[in-house]
Amino acid sequence: MTSKSQQAHTPYNVSILTIFREFLVVGGISFGGGLFAFLRNLMVDKRKWISNDEFVVMLSISQAIPGLNSVNLAVLMGDKLRGPAGSFVAALGLLLPGAILVLVIGIFYGVNRHHPMADHILAGIAAGAAGLFSTITWKTGEHTFHRLKSLLLIVFTFILMIVVKLPLYVILLIVLPIGLFVYRPSTQTVQDDKK
Amino acid sequence: MNTELQLTEVFSMLSMLAVGGGSAVLPEMQTLLERYFGFTQTEFVHAYSIGQLAPGPMMLTVLIMGEIIDGLKGGIIAGLAFFVPSSILCFSVGRLWRYIGERPWRRSLQMALEPLSIGLMCSAAYIIAKESIFNWQTAVVAVIVATLMLRTTINPVLLILGAAAIGFLGQIHG
Repeated sequence: MTSKSQQAHTPYNVSILTIFREFLVVGGISFGGGLFAFLRNLMVDKRKWISNDEFVVMLSISQAIPGLNSVNLAVLMGDKLRGPAGSFVAALGLLLPGAILVLVIGIFYGVNRHHPMADHILAGIAAGAAGLFSTITWKTGEHTFHRLKSLLLIVFTFILMIVVKLPLYVILLIVLPIGLFVYRPSTQTVQDDKK
Repeated sequence: MNTELQLTEVFSMLSMLAVGGGSAVLPEMQTLLERYFGFTQTEFVHAYSIGQLAPGPMMLTVLIMGEIIDGLKGGIIAGLAFFVPSSILCFSVGRLWRYIGERPWRRSLQMALEPLSIGLMCSAAYIIAKESIFNWQTAVVAVIVATLMLRTTINPVLLILGAAAIGFLGQIHG
């Protein structure tokens, strides 16, 4: 990314090292979630690798494919910039800082978990995480909860998982076809949402 | 079967099942870890909770889970098994997608995946809450964190550290 003219037409002479460094920074500073905001800021605003529309398309592909949305996003962006090598360093950069920190904390957990003090601290952290995860679920699903057909599918999925205790792949095989039928391309909701 | 192979198998399978993001796969992860490695619910919730303190994707918590099962080596194996297969799939589908372009069914697929992954996230929320809220003190901590998350823009890491401090100072029993 050296000049304005390059940004307009051929923005992709980005070095592998630059891709790695930029994703490494996001992977290292994105404490407490909000990873999408950091990635969007990097890809759309700061480096101008893609437009906001392209970002939205990439995001929806990331969400439709198994795996972590943020890692998928890095894989797609890296591929667009520098092919397979770009994908690899983008995903690696995103994961590396957190991975190292997590492994170090894990060692402490292994050594101290039966210490009475650790017991209190972990009980507090776990209770906090329960509150945190519930709100993340609520915020992520806010629009989905408000759509009656989706809400029924949510409840159905929950019952299959928690009450009936089916294996996940079976649940996917049951719920996904129903969802695809409910939201087949000709239905009003899908048409409306495209606008 | 040896532990390394089993770790690889379990986490790469979970990777391919993680529709609509990693949290959707948490309930299945808890079931499989319990079945294959005798992982307790408490260990699962601890590993998940501690994972929230690190930057980057919150599913880096799989590294701690692998580490609890088989040490540092286990952590690295779990991480690779969880992140590599889905990334390769994403890479391939991404290229195919660009080749095929926009199709009406793509939007339908997304609409169908949304309630599925939210339903699975609700299941994960239930599992985490059931294990970590066991008296009025832990319930108060969870409610405070949830309220602050909804009403303020405080960084969640600070909220988790705050919860740890309350647990320590209040001598909450786990």
